[in-house]
Amino acid sequence: MSDAAEPLLRATRLVKEFNVHGGGLLGRTAKLRAVDDVSLEVRAGETLALVGESGSGKSTTARLVARLVDLTSGDIEFAGRPVHALTGKALHAYRSEVQMVFQDPYSSLNPKHSVERIVTAPLVYQKRPVPGGARAFTKALMERVGLNPDHSARFPAQFSGGQAQRIGIARALAVAPKLIIADEAVSALDVSVQAQVINLLRRLQDEEGFSYLFIAHDLAVVRQIATRVAVMSEGRIVETGDRDQVFEEPRDPYTRKLLAAVPRIRPEWDAARRRNEAARLERERQEADR
Amino acid sequence: MTASHEDERPLLRVRGLTVAFPTAAGATEVVKSLDFDLARGGALGIVGESGSGKSMTSLAIMGLLPKGAERTGSIEFDGAELTALKEREMQAVRGDRIAMVFQDPLSSLNPYYTVGTQIAEAYRSHRTGVTRRQARRVAIEAMERVHIRDAARRVDHYPHQFSGGMRQRVMIAMTLSMEPDLIIADEPTTALDVTVQAQILDLLAEIRRDTGAGLILITHDLAVVSEVADHLVVMREGDLVEQGTAERVFCDPREPYTRMLLDAVPRIDDEIGLLKTTTAEEDR
Amino acid sequence: MIRVLVNRLLGMAVVLFLVCAFTYVIFFVLSPDPAVQICGKNCTPEAIDQIRANLGLDQPFWTQFWTFLGGLFAGRTYGTGANAIECVAPCLGYSFQSSQPVTDMILQRLPVSVTVAVGAAVLWLLAGVSAGLVSAVREGRFADRFIAGLTLTGMSVPNYVLALSLQFLLVVTLGWLPFPQAVAFGDDPGQWFANFLMPWIVLSIGAAAVYTRLTRANVIETLQENYVRTARAKGLSPGLVWRRHALRPALTPIVTIFGMDFAGLLGGALITETVFGLNGVGKLAADSITKNDQPVIMGVTLLAAFLVVVGNMVVDLLYTAIDPRVRVGSSA
Repeated sequence: MSDAAEPLLRATRLVKEFNVHGGGLLGRTAKLRAVDDVSLEVRAGETLALVGESGSGKSTTARLVARLVDLTSGDIEFAGRPVHALTGKALHAYRSEVQMVFQDPYSSLNPKHSVERIVTAPLVYQKRPVPGGARAFTKALMERVGLNPDHSARFPAQFSGGQAQRIGIARALAVAPKLIIADEAVSALDVSVQAQVINLLRRLQDEEGFSYLFIAHDLAVVRQIATRVAVMSEGRIVETGDRDQVFEEPRDPYTRKLLAAVPRIRPEWDAARRRNEAARLERERQEADR
Repeated sequence: MTASHEDERPLLRVRGLTVAFPTAAGATEVVKSLDFDLARGGALGIVGESGSGKSMTSLAIMGLLPKGAERTGSIEFDGAELTALKEREMQAVRGDRIAMVFQDPLSSLNPYYTVGTQIAEAYRSHRTGVTRRQARRVAIEAMERVHIRDAARRVDHYPHQFSGGMRQRVMIAMTLSMEPDLIIADEPTTALDVTVQAQILDLLAEIRRDTGAGLILITHDLAVVSEVADHLVVMREGDLVEQGTAERVFCDPREPYTRMLLDAVPRIDDEIGLLKTTTAEEDR
Repeated sequence: MIRVLVNRLLGMAVVLFLVCAFTYVIFFVLSPDPAVQICGKNCTPEAIDQIRANLGLDQPFWTQFWTFLGGLFAGRTYGTGANAIECVAPCLGYSFQSSQPVTDMILQRLPVSVTVAVGAAVLWLLAGVSAGLVSAVREGRFADRFIAGLTLTGMSVPNYVLALSLQFLLVVTLGWLPFPQAVAFGDDPGQWFANFLMPWIVLSIGAAAVYTRLTRANVIETLQENYVRTARAKGLSPGLVWRRHALRPALTPIVTIFGMDFAGLLGGALITETVFGLNGVGKLAADSITKNDQPVIMGVTLLAAFLVVVGNMVVDLLYTAIDPRVRVGSSA
């Protein structure tokens, strides 16, 4: 393990430019800087949330870190070694240490493959043995993510959205990664299911000690899961800090604007609800005692 | 204007509203015997998760249900029974007296026509003898009312030339040109960024204040609805779970499902709520 | 807009140049020596060399190709002295078998091909789009299924089978149509029309079937669009919703595909023209293939390629004019 001073992932001055072609032979090619000089660190066992509005470059940053997209410039260090220039086998090995969970579980899971095949695929691709055999391995993973292990032969379409997202999480866990990049992983879920999946993600981190790079636009969700928060706008990080600092004493004007815009259930209503809830529970207890 | 005793009658009175899709195995009811009222100038929030039937409810009121859907029950709007109207009569109500704002403003606008054409279209089809010039004037005024700057020039632009938030303003401008009595907004801010969402919600509030139009806000987002609605209907799988004033439902939810929903909503200001659902973390 | 046009034209020039080069390589490098063919049976090596020199075939490939390109733009002269043959621009080559410039041969036959193509195109566009519309409106009902059956038949019967059986049925057995004779439109419009009726029908059936399906699919898909729902929510009448919000988006892609198909047809309806004995470009190509008259085959190939490329460009420009998303860039 690396010591406390050394982060698990250190990305320095990442830049990603896309060519925007004007069309035709003489069309001018413009450069679009989707990620502009972004530096970030993810420490072992923590969750760094990367937040921002659409077009802020947060998803592109995630893909750069996962080495799914080529960097224009910048350095990435993972567990102390540089990974920004990896190719071939070494790149494959890196990609198994860093796993991604995407927004839409159905489109990121092959509909024609059973859960067992999906979950063991990362190991099979890397020609690694499946510990304890595919069936038992899948069942154990399914249990860990809160799925019925008897459903290991089912297909993604037979699961609800929340369950399908759990399959995506199980697949990520299969290779025992050190970093999981969750790209809007709970954004498409209904609020009750979303809460369950957030809890699952937190529980798994407590058990395994891996880190999350958690990409999200929903600040309320981020508050529930982040250790630290980086706020992105127009390709740049405008503010990084510990979660409570960013939410309670935001320094950057953009962060303040973002936080102010989030709709809230009135705090006095929440307080009243908690009082009423306590009184109700008290009443029920008294009735039970009688 | 309306007499005072009429003002006490609700603007919209829905009784036993049921929407069913006939299937081989019998009818599937996606909205089950709904009862609710909307006061004049009131704001009703219909909240539910996916599959709750909240969007079908709004389409049922508009008479725009998909093919094959069967609607039963009563929808009384300003004293008139909408379910008894012929299609031609319903056309006169749609757009003119009840207007609708949809979730995805880009796909809800026709890419082939300028926004001005699309805003003026409703006006021209509901009012007879409107010249092109008058209709254009109305479109520009409607765009100015939703705070689109440089409306006189932007009126000739196409939907793809606007940002997401501006497109939703165009959609709202479209409803405004007719001065409707009721605006139904179906997830109007779900596709938008949070800062833009705040602007659109402000705009809807401003329009209600200025025109006195009633509003039905369909949403999955309890925080949004708490900022907009004075009454709340909570739906789940086609059933009406609970209704009441927004304050009552938020402060003292009576049904377990409502309590669960309120517990599950992540709060930006602290970590409460979420932990509770840990125990409920099994498959549904 | 002008920049777009210039861009397109330049792109087209490059494509046409490549097409020329490619065709030239295929016909003059990879094919048997044309000089040997021209020379005939009683041939001496000296005679072949003479022909080669006359045709410029003794020159290196690039020189030949440039001469050919030069002929396209400025015309060229085959041979020298008294035997010299003038080939005016655009010179596509010279057929020694027919002793005519290829360009002339094609131009003579082009009117027939244009007549065939225009008639067929009008027919398939009308039939295809209207059948598609009926199918879409009556989705799932009898009319829709009936049309679906027709289109399936139309798409599966090969052109030549259809051509021969139609001719047999309408001319020989029923005698409804007169036997085809070469007449000018001015001399006997009735006979002229009767001559072309069958080729039009035969050529349009397959395309009409495709267009029917396309129209149906596009209209049904467009009716599902959110903006159609918006139009209905505005209280527009069903007719208005249809005309303004469903038809235009649904028919736009058809206009663009039509341009391509039409251009392809102009390049020669090989089989149909041959079967009906119409002396068009397609027949010319077919005859030249049997006679192995390479300059003509190449000329026709180039013409077809040219038409497809031009058709493509017209379609692109048309699309730009029709679809505001392409015409005006986003400024937001």
